[in-house]
Amino acid sequence: MTSVLFYLFSAILLFAAFRVISAKSAVHAAIFLILAFVTTSAIWLLLEAEFLAITLVLVYVGAVMVLFLFVVMMLDMNMEPLREGFTRYLPAGILVAATIVFEMGIVLGGRYFSSENFPAPVPHGSDYSNTKELGEQLYTTHLFSFEVAAAILLIAIVAAIGLTFRRRVESKKQDIPHQHRVDRNDRVRMLDIREESVS
Amino acid sequence: MIELSDFLILGAMLFTLSMAGIFINRKNVLILLMAIELMLLSVNMNFVAFSHYLGDTAGQVFVFFILTVAAAEAAIGLAILVLLFRNRRTINVDDLDELRG
Repeated sequence: MTSVLFYLFSAILLFAAFRVISAKSAVHAAIFLILAFVTTSAIWLLLEAEFLAITLVLVYVGAVMVLFLFVVMMLDMNMEPLREGFTRYLPAGILVAATIVFEMGIVLGGRYFSSENFPAPVPHGSDYSNTKELGEQLYTTHLFSFEVAAAILLIAIVAAIGLTFRRRVESKKQDIPHQHRVDRNDRVRMLDIREESVS
Repeated sequence: MIELSDFLILGAMLFTLSMAGIFINRKNVLILLMAIELMLLSVNMNFVAFSHYLGDTAGQVFVFFILTVAAAEAAIGLAILVLLFRNRRTINVDDLDELRG
């Protein structure tokens, strides 16, 4: 049963990945990338990595891919000139891909990674919590890395806003420091009004 | 029964597909970013598979950090892309030759 599920999800994942790189429009590529992420999360559930599977759906499908789709919809780009090298670079791509598949097949297809050296672990009981286990690791052993990851996310927010922020000239907003710096001469003009000058 | 090598081969095939994607879509920055996301996914697949078969959660902690960094990278990359499109009206890699590299 598990093997059937694994091969089914693998087939869907590879199909989705193939469609991502060969799709004609960027929207289709983004949607097939979403399919790839959801299928990967199902495969990770088979590997008993429940927390990461849910995180993948929440973070990637929920945030990153929405960002991708948002950008795709916002840029009205012409896809035709972007695809003109498709057939020209196809032989090079296939050659590199075949070489990597050949090499990885030699490395991974041998007996080293088979079930003799890496037997399938006993499935955890129903009282085992993957989230709790990961949380204990994160907040004790990897606490410093966790804080650095938080800082990286903060930097990403600041950088993304700083890059795309556009100051509009015509906006009617108040400039508070400028308001504080005014002195009397900017606002009050003393006029010399004499009675005899009004004739 | 599924073996560790099955997951490793799946990760390798995914990596290979995204590698080929970088080659054949080398004019479109958006598809390039998506191919990089796929590559990170295949690496994460290897980490999770090893973590499961070795009974060590450190691999999953590492995947957690990779997800964090990948999310930050996607956000900044897309921000640069939007900025690029706003200034040059194109995302074709061949048109971005300001530095004459």
